[in-house]
Amino acid sequence: MAFVTSADSTTDIVRLDAKGLKCPMPIVRTAQAIKEIASGQLLEVLATDPGSVPDFAAWSRTTGHELVASDVDGGVYRFVLRRK
Amino acid sequence: MNDDDPISVVLFSGTDDRLQAAAVLTAGAAALGRPVHIFLQYWALDAFRADRIGATLPLAPEAGPEGRAAVDALAAAGQQSWSETLRMAKEIGEVDIQACSLSMDLLNIEQSELDPLVDGVEGVTAFFATASSGQLLFI
Repeated sequence: MAFVTSADSTTDIVRLDAKGLKCPMPIVRTAQAIKEIASGQLLEVLATDPGSVPDFAAWSRTTGHELVASDVDGGVYRFVLRRK
Repeated sequence: MNDDDPISVVLFSGTDDRLQAAAVLTAGAAALGRPVHIFLQYWALDAFRADRIGATLPLAPEAGPEGRAAVDALAAAGQQSWSETLRMAKEIGEVDIQACSLSMDLLNIEQSELDPLVDGVEGVTAFFATASSGQLLFI
């Protein structure tokens, strides 16, 4: 039996710019945005709020949307989530 | 205790800082999929009047002048008002806001005079029935 998967939907990455937003807005905007993408699709969020690092880890654990990447570059935090 | 247990908030304070704190906590809980039930009493209820919801309110006494300056700076840097934070919280999760009927009497107001953020009026009994599971806060 073959399962057909749509590779396109998981390689298209939707980007959310949350730079400059203060707690809780990076997470709030992410919660809004993730509802609008398909299951399996990726969402990249950029933020400057340092509290967002533990926040995104906790949000991912609690909601079940996988945190695929979490890194920082020059004060900009980047989170990549996969909608469950 | 589950990750999606509800949070019930008795919101009594009518100062900008405590209302904003309540709004941020509510939005955070809503983003995690936790239902939030807010019960508005006294000066918090007063702040939800349709003709007052956009007003600049005082801060808690411990803020002092430095606190006022800090709060103003955050607003100037783009932080939303507490009422906007609550509206966003309602968009992303389950947030129910009820006015305490005793406080409605105290302030001599009707539901029609409240901002649409307020979903209804109830007494303590109904509130405690809702609040019987999950966690309870008083702000």
